Amino acid sequence: MIKPEIYRSLGLSDQEYQKILKILGREPTSTELAMFSVEWSEHCGYPRSRNWLKLLPKKGKYQSLIGEDSGGIIVDDLAIIFKMESHNHPSQIEPKQGAATGVGGIIRDIFTAGARPIASLNSLRFGPLSEPYNRYLLGGVVDGIQFYGNCIGIPTVGGEIYFDESYSGNCLVNAMCIGVANKDKLARAVALGAGNSILYVGSSTGRDGIGGCSVLASHEFKKGEEKRPTVQIGDPFMEKCLVEATLEALATGYIVGIKDMGAAGLTCSVSEMASAGNCGVEIELQLVPRADANMEPWEVMMSESQERMLICARKGKEKEIQEIFLKWDLHAVVIGKVTDNGMVCVKDKGKIVAEVSAHSLTEAPVYDMPYEKPDYLDELNKLDVTKLYEPKDYNEVLLKLLNCPTICNKAWVYEQYDHMVQTNTIILPGMSAAVIRLKGTNKAIAATTDCNSRFCYLNPYRGAQMAVAEAARNLVCSGAEPAAVTDCLNFGNPEKPDRFWYFKNCVEGIADTCKFFNIPVISGNVSFYNESPKGAIYPTPTIGMIGIIEDTGKICRQHFKKESDVIILLGSLKQGLGGSEYLKEIHGLTRGDVPDLDLQLEQSVQAAVLQAIRKGLVNSAHDCSEGGLAVTIAEACITEENQMLGAVIKLDVLENFCLRMDEILFAEAPSRIVVSVNKDNLSALCEIAKKHSVGCQILGEVKGDRLIARYKEKTIIDLSLVKLSDSWRKAIPQRLAK
Amino acid sequence: MKFGVVVFPGSNCEEDCFYVIKEILAQPAERIWHKQTALDNFDCIVLPGGFSYGDYLRTGAIARFSPIMKPLVDFAHKGGIVIGICNGFQILLESGLLPGAMLRNKELHFICKYVHIKTENINTLFTNLCSSSQVLKIPIAHNEGNYYIDEQGLKSLEKNRQIVFRYCSPKGEINKEFNPNGAIANIAGIVNKEGNILGMMPHPERSSEIELGSEDGRLIFKSILKWTESK
Repeated sequence: MIKPEIYRSLGLSDQEYQKILKILGREPTSTELAMFSVEWSEHCGYPRSRNWLKLLPKKGKYQSLIGEDSGGIIVDDLAIIFKMESHNHPSQIEPKQGAATGVGGIIRDIFTAGARPIASLNSLRFGPLSEPYNRYLLGGVVDGIQFYGNCIGIPTVGGEIYFDESYSGNCLVNAMCIGVANKDKLARAVALGAGNSILYVGSSTGRDGIGGCSVLASHEFKKGEEKRPTVQIGDPFMEKCLVEATLEALATGYIVGIKDMGAAGLTCSVSEMASAGNCGVEIELQLVPRADANMEPWEVMMSESQERMLICARKGKEKEIQEIFLKWDLHAVVIGKVTDNGMVCVKDKGKIVAEVSAHSLTEAPVYDMPYEKPDYLDELNKLDVTKLYEPKDYNEVLLKLLNCPTICNKAWVYEQYDHMVQTNTIILPGMSAAVIRLKGTNKAIAATTDCNSRFCYLNPYRGAQMAVAEAARNLVCSGAEPAAVTDCLNFGNPEKPDRFWYFKNCVEGIADTCKFFNIPVISGNVSFYNESPKGAIYPTPTIGMIGIIEDTGKICRQHFKKESDVIILLGSLKQGLGGSEYLKEIHGLTRGDVPDLDLQLEQSVQAAVLQAIRKGLVNSAHDCSEGGLAVTIAEACITEENQMLGAVIKLDVLENFCLRMDEILFAEAPSRIVVSVNKDNLSALCEIAKKHSVGCQILGEVKGDRLIARYKEKTIIDLSLVKLSDSWRKAIPQRLAK
Repeated sequence: MKFGVVVFPGSNCEEDCFYVIKEILAQPAERIWHKQTALDNFDCIVLPGGFSYGDYLRTGAIARFSPIMKPLVDFAHKGGIVIGICNGFQILLESGLLPGAMLRNKELHFICKYVHIKTENINTLFTNLCSSSQVLKIPIAHNEGNYYIDEQGLKSLEKNRQIVFRYCSPKGEINKEFNPNGAIANIAGIVNKEGNILGMMPHPERSSEIELGSEDGRLIFKSILKWTESK
């Protein structure tokens, strides 16, 4: 008789246990119970989110590919496969290994589809660096990403980092990977053809990571819990060999299907491959290579040891595949076969320890979660700007914003990542989007990750819209046309109606905006239970977006290039300080509503800038986001350390749209892009703006070695580039040196 | 001329080197699997960057025992051209083909960024196309690039003009500020006494196309070509 404590400790509810009894018509064995617990966890089965995820559009201007473990788009003869996934809880407990295995896991999702991984990105969130544990987390997570990514030889080309109190006690580590394959050479995660062989390849199975997805990922952190043993250990060298061997083996054509063993390990790959192929799979656990002695059958099935794959191979061709893996000194063992009875049958020394229908494992129950708008929100959305004190010294305010860790330069982080290996990175980290060329073509991919979670906290629907819009705007500034999205939805405990309300609204925001822009969401991941004893994290629906650059000769960077170029603000002149970094850093307020977003205007601004870049009219393009217009222009001045250029700006043209100077300088309204152009191209640019019905205001010119902003005859900002640059560049090293 | 690029398990810059040789220099090249026990008909062998065997021990410490190393040492001793880049340089040090050793970077971090290096000796087969004291913009990407050699060894390197590249400012000044990893005497690359083996930490294969930010690295490959063709 299985006691409720047992199944509850595995994360199963009483109701779910009753359902298992009904499916089996008997009590589950310990192995079966373990298998249900991981497959029905939120991490694998999406029981609480699936109903809402259906809203996300799957089609866009490029043909989409929706695979078992990832998705992508087709560009000419190439399939661009990508996905983002969270590894939040493991990283909070053991930052280096947590982040490293997060990177390793997402890379496996890409090459298991038959694509060669060509770039990684990430999105990281921590509590303030004033707390020692958060400094330890930042250092550890960056170390884990560099440890895995550098060794395996996949460039880490971009990402974002935010710092906010809401992540103290529950950091976020979202890792994204992009791969490329010939569109006709993609692999599927499927078992097919009774009698075909099931091969286990890669590393050995140990006790690491047991219950990682059900116990660790599907519960919030409570005080004083010891969960370290559920964190996996990464071996990037092993995975590098596994990438090469797998791609070589796939090229033989003898592989019917392949799936990595990630969350829920062998259980997940066996049941999902069988389910996808509408067939059964029978395996013998004694044949599984072991790293630990005396493992129980359920432990072997639950282990989340890294760098392992499961292959369905054509009968009679096992040897050819095994030889390739052995060449790379990797295990390659036939552990079972495909059957036609639809059952996952697990044997140990010939004795059946689990026999369950594959579909019953993969079809997790679906729940309609109750949701309710939190009662504090209406009050929080109220903001009377006139009641704020107005800063006297805007120089000081700008320097402070440039020095705040969310806005500042992140070279301390990205210089620890090998971002150039594979020699495709055309736009290096530090700009709003990374650009990776596609060798053998004239095209390139631009990629970015984005989410302003404070916006999502204040207004989840619009905040999520803003995340999609900003990601697209970032890509456009590099010269790319936005093409497809992967999302990583990080939220609190979905069983609490206010947290679920945030989730629902964010998903709706993403869905509506992607539909409007005709961009599909081709893959994604949900991470719930991001809570510490202090409460939930800010809702963080991270958007990973890629865009296509038609001609690598027509790309654009964010920094000013030439003295006496004209600086222009394209797009909206509307403002709004709600939810801004300025309010937070200078006034200590997280308040107000998120600035208005007019999707039509946003699209027009992006179309205008893209056209101008493609025509070679603009010398730089940088969108306005955190820190507003002032930070955007300052960054355009100082981004390129060896080639900084000053600017002289007149703010008069903006006065009709704002109440106060701080709003003009620091509001984070969307749909705005600052470009610089040669004087001779000015009229052509204005023409394009006019054609798209987009505002086009001359702000000033690129000039000298200071950033000067004037309003009427008054000088509002006057700072040397060296001072701006120091404040921006030294922010993170300064705080870590403490 | 024919290039061979050695592939150890864990190498990750072999394709980048291969690409530059085949596509940019338009020269024949072959990948050489580390388990091979012979090297025939090659003019130049490239030991590429990466993490051979994961570099979990000392960098390059296991790769030097690979089967390919025996024929490679013979090839080098007979005057064959060898260039070791990053991990390749570390392997050359471990195998004793070049003097000295690598320590961890002074900041104890991996560093990936563009740096500048000054060409200290243009009379080598790897630098004959550089102008005297030319400053090259080439990226580094390593954790253990803090080159070390004892005082006597350093004197001998200097006396024999074996120091080929030193880290410097964009204008060519050699000082601590522009030493990214703490390497002794700002050393970024050296040759053996005979001048046929080059080890360097910066990656010329990552800077052989202007699209990637610099094509200075190409000068090194082209110098090898010129020297071989004029022989």
